[in-house]
Amino acid sequence: MAMKWKKWALATSVLAVSAIAQAAPPSAAMLSNACAGCHGTNGGSAGPSMPSLASQSKTAIVDAMKKFKSGERPSTVMGRLAKGYSDAEIEAMGDYFSKQKFHATSQAVDAAKVKKGSDLQEANCSRCHLDDGKDGKDDTPVMASQWLPYLQMQMELYQSGKRKMPEKMAEKVKPLSKEDIDALLHFYASVK
Amino acid sequence: MTLDRRSFLKLAGAGVGAAGLPMIGRAAELMPKGAKRVVVVGGGYGGTIAAKYIRMMDKSIEVVLIERNDHFVSCPFSNLYIGGVIKDLNPLTIKFDKLAANHGVKVVQAEVTGIDPAGKVVTTSKGTVSYDRLVLSPGVDFRLEEMKGYDAAAMEIMPHAWKAGPQTVLLRKQLEAMKDGGTMVMTVPLAPYRCPPGPYERASMVAHYLKKNKPKSKLVVLDANPDITSKGGLFKKGWKDNYEGIIDYRPAKKVTEVEPGKMTVLIEGLEDVKGDVINVIPPQRAGQIAVAAGLVGEDKNWCPVNPTTFESTKQAGIHVIGDACVAGAMPKSGYSANSEAKICATNIVALMNGKETTEMSGINTCYSYITDKEAVSVAAVYAVKEGKIIAVPNSGGVSPADFSAAKMEAIYAESWLKNILTEMST
Ligand SMILES: Cc1cc2nc3c(=O)[nH]c(=O)nc-3n(C[C@H](O)[C@H](O)[C@H](O)COP(=O)(O)OP(=O)(O)OC[C@H]3O[C@@H](n4cnc5c(N)ncnc54)[C@H](O)[C@@H]3O)c2cc1C
Ligand code: HEC
Ligand code: HEC
Repeated sequence: MAMKWKKWALATSVLAVSAIAQAAPPSAAMLSNACAGCHGTNGGSAGPSMPSLASQSKTAIVDAMKKFKSGERPSTVMGRLAKGYSDAEIEAMGDYFSKQKFHATSQAVDAAKVKKGSDLQEANCSRCHLDDGKDGKDDTPVMASQWLPYLQMQMELYQSGKRKMPEKMAEKVKPLSKEDIDALLHFYASVK
Repeated sequence: MTLDRRSFLKLAGAGVGAAGLPMIGRAAELMPKGAKRVVVVGGGYGGTIAAKYIRMMDKSIEVVLIERNDHFVSCPFSNLYIGGVIKDLNPLTIKFDKLAANHGVKVVQAEVTGIDPAGKVVTTSKGTVSYDRLVLSPGVDFRLEEMKGYDAAAMEIMPHAWKAGPQTVLLRKQLEAMKDGGTMVMTVPLAPYRCPPGPYERASMVAHYLKKNKPKSKLVVLDANPDITSKGGLFKKGWKDNYEGIIDYRPAKKVTEVEPGKMTVLIEGLEDVKGDVINVIPPQRAGQIAVAAGLVGEDKNWCPVNPTTFESTKQAGIHVIGDACVAGAMPKSGYSANSEAKICATNIVALMNGKETTEMSGINTCYSYITDKEAVSVAAVYAVKEGKIIAVPNSGGVSPADFSAAKMEAIYAESWLKNILTEMST
């Protein structure tokens, strides 16, 4: 009897301990909500320079995070943060943000530049940046409605060689003038 | 005449104002509770987010947000206002109407004056509100007993500006009125206090203003800590490169007394320092309401919590987030409060639906401006290990020492503020 009592006490105390410890590992939402203090609720950024993640291509997010983590892609803060996550957690966040509602923005864009950019993108960018940049396929990011200052800063990183441009994209970008590139970015920022 | 609780509630419900009732020792119930209710105290960095995210995750839970003011002014970026980099506090000010309109949060403007953990009721200046779970995000109050002479009147002469609003405006005005060649004195309390890098960002912004407008003036920083408590290397380099001869940084100088009449602060009775403008940042503890509710731990200052749910380890049913709580390695910052609020909200929704809780994953990032166009940051990712919140090893850290990213970070920091305030107010 005494023995039984002891066993019972032991079992319940173990139960009590495991009741405290018992919590599921961080879910995709738990992980992703922490990013929203910078990228906006559900990844929809209020701008003007922080990129939206909402409805971004999953592979593009995962690729970006892995490149931030390894240092292959330059960053101000994302490298330090990406190092805090496992590949599985990065996958989960990529999946979460890719499923959030597209975040359309109303930005101050130059109408003439938008028109020019619209013409230029057909021949130069649309092979990869599909459907006016609304469709992010595989590692190609969605660019529609992305914040213009962000796109400009990233393009500067590409052109200075700090961020490595995909070869086929570089072939298209290199011959274009500064004005052409500027027009293209105004165009993508304007797409809703 | 005596009233039992039920007939009293009937009376209150029938619209009889509290003022018209006889003294009965119990304030009127402000709003009768339905099936599931969470009350959130404090409409700042933590409280707004907890209220909003609970509603985003479960519309069947009624959420009442109680805040003493009808608006909230952000401390983050208030140093830029003091330094004249931004011209007014409007971009730092939020209202709560969209939290109500978009998420159905019931916003009550009132002072919470008491908590009854057993009865699950909070008393406010407008009446009582009952809850199933309570979230406190009251921020900090000051340990005035450790700063002799620093009372409400002294604060009007030597502002703290450690809660943004009129105090921030006062310090800015004093700095503007100071003559060129004057001395501003700033005191920094021993850690932990709200926003570890905050005092040093303030020193940078004040120095930026003096350099531009009053180049013969000086800023004396009296720091109770043995060294700069956050981003030390970066601040020192930033000060050397930009503010040599303006900032006079003196570590291990603990100010324990002030004499507003003489515009003097005293360092542990040994040394006094005079200033033309004096900014006293007093030692801090959890907001008074958390202290009154018996939620502070052995240190008598901060509230220990469960690292998964942020439920107080002192009182069941009460969760504490933001500056007031002890969140392991997470610093007392606006970003931490935001992150903690979401973790807490997730697990309150789970607990109220009888579901399994989820382990925390959190982030903190604090940007600090060194000049008007350059900022540096500290960032980390947090997880639970062996029941404690720790910074994930080999992650996080501070900006590069050569300031190579400082201009871009200043641009991103502005967007951080915009996004986090938009999160809190829409
Ligand atoms: C100068 C300065 C610069 C800073 N810069 C940064 C920064 O760049 N980044 C960063 O992340 N953090 C920064 N911080 C820190 C940040 O401001 C705090 O960590 C954050 O506000 C904490 O959030 P909270 O919800 O705990 O408290 P708060 O945001 O202060 O909110 C508390 C709210 O509760 C209300 N309240 C309290 N008691 C009651 C009551 N009894 N009844 C009703 N209402 C009540 C208050 O009125 C207040 O609105 C800075 C702080 C300072 C002072
Ligand atoms: C402190 C603010 C901050 C936090 C927190 C933050 N980010 Fe970022 N994010 C940035 C900035 C700034 C950039 C631009 C790259 C850089 O300079 O670091 C960026 C870029 C990105 C990009 C690239 C987007 C693109 O289209 O090019 C992705 C993906 C991303 N972040 C994901 C995340 C995820 C996932 C989290 C949460 C784990 C997160 N971020 C948390 C600030 C932040
Ligand atoms: C061959 C396919 C391809 C073509 C053509 C192409 N891109 Fe890209 N683009 C990509 C891919 C893939 C990425 C993401 C690569 C990376 O990780 O850096 C990208 C990224 C970008 C980005 C960064 C977006 C972000 O969120 O970080 C910009 C801006 C951009 N492209 C602009 C253009 C413009 C403008 C053109 C036309 C002149 C163009 N691209 C043509 C494939 C292409």
